[in-house]
Formats: sequence, structure tokens, C-alpha cells
Amino acid sequence: MNWYGVQAIYRFEMARWFRTIGQSLFSPVLSTSLYFIVFGAAIGSRMVAIDGISYGAFIVPGLIMLSILTESVSNASFGIYMPKWAGTIYELLSAPVSPIESVLGYVGAASTKSIIIGLVILATARLFVPFEIEHPLWMLTFLVLTCVSFCLFGFILGVLADGFEKLQIVPMLIITPLTFLGGTFYSINMLPELWQKIALFNPVVYLISGFRWAFYGVADVNVGVSIAATLGFLGLCLGAVYWIFATGYRLKN
Amino acid sequence: MLPILSIRDVSKTYASGLQALKPTNLDIAKGEIFALLGPNGAGKTTLISIICGIVNPSSGAITADGHDIIRDYKAARRKIGLVPQELHTDAFERVINTVQFSRGLFGFPPNEAHLEKVLRDLSLWEKRNDTIMTLSGGMKRRVMIAKALSHEPKILFLDEPTAGVDVELRQDMWAMVRKLRDNGVTIILTTHYIEEAEEMADRVGVINKGELILVEDKTALMRKLGKKQLTLELPAPLAAIPEGLGGYALELASGGAKLVYSFDANAEQSGISGLLRRLDELGVEFKDLHTEQSSLEDIFVELVRARA
Ligand SMILES: Nc1ncnc2c1ncn2[C@@H]1O[C@H](COP(=O)(O)OP(=O)(O)OP(=O)(O)O)[C@@H](O)[C@H]1O
Ligand SMILES: [Mg+2]
Repeated sequence: MNWYGVQAIYRFEMARWFRTIGQSLFSPVLSTSLYFIVFGAAIGSRMVAIDGISYGAFIVPGLIMLSILTESVSNASFGIYMPKWAGTIYELLSAPVSPIESVLGYVGAASTKSIIIGLVILATARLFVPFEIEHPLWMLTFLVLTCVSFCLFGFILGVLADGFEKLQIVPMLIITPLTFLGGTFYSINMLPELWQKIALFNPVVYLISGFRWAFYGVADVNVGVSIAATLGFLGLCLGAVYWIFATGYRLKN
Repeated sequence: MLPILSIRDVSKTYASGLQALKPTNLDIAKGEIFALLGPNGAGKTTLISIICGIVNPSSGAITADGHDIIRDYKAARRKIGLVPQELHTDAFERVINTVQFSRGLFGFPPNEAHLEKVLRDLSLWEKRNDTIMTLSGGMKRRVMIAKALSHEPKILFLDEPTAGVDVELRQDMWAMVRKLRDNGVTIILTTHYIEEAEEMADRVGVINKGELILVEDKTALMRKLGKKQLTLELPAPLAAIPEGLGGYALELASGGAKLVYSFDANAEQSGISGLLRRLDELGVEFKDLHTEQSSLEDIFVELVRARA
């Protein structure tokens, strides 16, 4: 294993992030704060508690998910797409770095960033609403697994993308809608029966439900199913990464 | 001695269907400076990119210092440094960080003393904390060289190191290349300039349309290529070459308005003074004259024609 290589990529990516740390953290924190002001304080005060949880607290796990999913995908895709676009990828391609080592470096760094963002949002949320976390370890497990999975997904996107638009389209047109519809702001049990069934096709439902269970012990779907779904998605992304590299590394001619 | 780089039947056809490199065989000896000459689009960068792992070969096998570049790519690549043709740098990084990054990427533990030496040799030490973006083009090229040298490669590829570089930096670069060679580094460089190959290389390869048409010792090649021409512009066109000039390789050009004399630049005697004296004796006047060395372009044409 070329650990120095992994470390070099990881450091490089973290340094890139820290150069704009203010911006990197400010925008997710700002948007989360806005959601809390609008949905938590303004509208939430008129909403009844869901499953015995105040509405403000109810939306916390979903809002964290909303941010880390989009941040993971855009961060990880950007990390590998940038050198491709700028031409600096020549160095990675000519270095004694295996695909696994590149993935460890890039996805490791992107996941670290997402986890930090998730925790910062959690702390921000705590300023707006009081809540306790029932299963902190599970909460962290879900957070880490989700970040890693979606960073892998972003990495794949960055390898395959042939233009900046494509990098923006996926988070904007796929991740955000799925998260909004995946129970960030409501329990899917509140939906009409048909829509509940349809919602179960949305993978994000399982992520949010499991994450919310870790917070409050209540869930839309069985926790076991959530864990299985999260691991399933992780496995799917790992498989896709493997397939990309096994069938000839899209980064080369 | 075993070649440090051995290229066997390597070819490349890009996805577009273009065959950029025909099956190529080449051995590079340890410690030599090899210059790859060829016009635009000849396939120089393609060949280098294949060796360095940036482009997948369509066929063939390569070993670097005994390591197969595909099966044993990690060992092979640790030995190789590449300065690509295009300036690709991480604009927002600082010089020192980008060099540390390169060393790490190639799997080497930090070695500040070595990096300091590399940066000093390239006159970059003073600029080590500058953002790359703020450097001039020539400085950026030095940064790319520093990156390639950060992991102490045994084989160094310089893809057109002196394109768009001023005279001073060019001299510096040549001096640096010689110094590296003295330290046992094997260097493969590409260039369009025959003078550069002449100045630097031990051996020269000529590549044209994806075909390595000639590999030769520089001295032997220079002898072969050292054809020169003297062109005399005549005040009035001549119908035929005047009699009494039989001993000289003369031709009429531009409808008789020019008299062209070909001679061997490497010969002891060019024969120019004799020719001019003879013209004077025969009363052949001329209003201007100039000599020119056969250009790289002419050489290619000749080489290709010779092989056809
Ligand atoms: N990625 C690519 N896809 C398709 N064709 C390519 C690609 N890269 C290079 N080519 C083509 O392959 C041929 C050889 O290109 P190459 O860059 O190897 O030439 P070169 O000798 O380095 O030229 P130059 O002196 O201009 O740098 C050219 O016709 C070029 O257009
Ligand atoms: Mg080239």
C-alpha cells in the first residue's frame, strides 16, 4: 500500500477545503438556520408534535441529511473532476497510486468534510431547538456510513462527468428532491396510503428514517431495514467504483 | 548492460480510430540523454504518455528499470518522473506544498533537505511560499520540473521542456539536464529544435506520423543531416548552368534567377570560396547570397522519401 500517496491526496483535498473553510461551513449553516427559522420557529410553532416529538426537533435529522447528501456528492465529485478539468490529473495517473488508494484519499477526505459539516449543523440546530440524542453511537454510525456512501457516489459522478453542469445537476435535480420527498419535513406515515407505497422506492427515506431513529427512537421504517438499505447503497457504490476501474479507468485514453 | 527502458512493439490507436503510434521498438541505455525529434502530431507525447501510464497502449510491452509498466506499475512508476508538455499546475497551492504533495504521491517519505535542494537548483527556493498562480510561465515550468524531481526519479521525461522558454531559462535547463545525467539520471526529452538535440543528446530518435523512422548516435546523425545550401540571387536569369562549373553540385531555381549550391557542412572544405572565385572568373554576377542548413522539415521529407 502506498500510504504516503493516500496521505498526500487526503491532505491536498483537506487543504483545498480549509482554504475556503468559512465559505464551506457558512453556506450549509446558513441554509440550515433559515430552515429552522422558517419551519422550526415560524411554522413549527403551529404544528402538532409528530410521534411525540416537537416539529422543530423532528426536522433536525432530515435537515442534517439534506446538507450532507448534497455536500458529499458535490464535494467528492468536484475533488476528482477538478484535476481532470485542469489537466493536473496527469500526476495522479503517472503516480504509483492504485485505484483503491485514490479512492481512499479522495473519498476519505470528502467524507471527513461531510462529517464535519454534519456535526456543525447538528450543533447549529441545538442552538434553535432543544433535543436529546437517544442512540449517539448509532447516530454517528449512520452519519459516517451515509457520508462515505454519498462521497463514493460523488466520486463516481466526478470520474464519469464530462462537464461542470453534470456535477451540479445530480445534487440539484436528484439528491435534493429525493431528500425533500424522503421525509425531511414530515413522517411518511402522514402521506396518503398510495404515496406511502411510492415513497418506499425513495432510498433516502431509509436513511432519514434510520437517522431519526438514532435521535429519537422513532422511525418510519424498521431500523434494521434502514441499516440494510444504507449498507446496500454503500455496497452498490463500492461495486460501481470497482466496475469503473476494472473496465478501464475512465480517466485515461 | 540491460537497457533502463525497453519498449517492445508499442502502438496506440486512440478511440477516434487515429493510429498515433505505429508498433515501436526502442531501448534506452542507463544514463543517456535521448532526444525524440518530430513535427507536431508525430506521436512524441503519445509515446511518453504510454510509458508514464497516462495513456493505455493498444499493444506492446514496456519495462522501466526491469519492471513491467503495467503488471508491476508501482515499482516502475516510482522510478519515473514526468514534466508534461502543457503547464498544468494547482493554481492555488503554494510551491512548497505542491512539491511535498508530489513526493508523497509517489510513495516517498518526507525529505525536506532533498526538496530544498531541488527548489534551490531551480531558483525556486525564494518563491517556495508563493502561490503558484502568482508565478510567471517560466517559473511555473520550473515548478513542474521540481515536482517531477521531488521523488528522485531514475528516468526523467521532459516533454518539450524549452517550448516558450527564454534563452536564459533554456541554458539553465540544459545545465540542469547535464547535472542530472552526471548523477546517473536517464533523460528522455522531446523537442522540435534540432539545435537542442545537437546540444544535449547522446542519441536522437526521429518520429514522424507515429513511426520511429530513425534512431542514431547524435554525431552520426549530424554528419548525415549536415547538408547546407548556398543560394545566389542573380541579377538576370540564366538559361543553363554556365560551363566550367562542372565540379560543383549546382542547380538553377526560380526560373534561373537563383543558383543553388549544395555542400556538406561537415566537410573540411565547403568549396564556397573556390566556387565564388570561379564565378568571378567566368563573369557570373550575383546581387545577394545566403546559406541555409537543411531544416528539420527537409530532413523528415528526405528520411521518409528514403524509406519509401
Ligand atoms: N486524446 C487523444 N485522442 C485522440 N487523438 C489524440 C489524442 N491525443 C493525441 N491525439 C492525436 O495523436 C497524434 C499524435 O499526438 P501527440 O500529442 O503524440 O503528438 P506530438 O508529437 O507530441 O506533437 P507536438 O509536437 O505537437 O506536441 C496527433 O494526431 C493527435 O491529434
Ligand atoms: Mg507533444
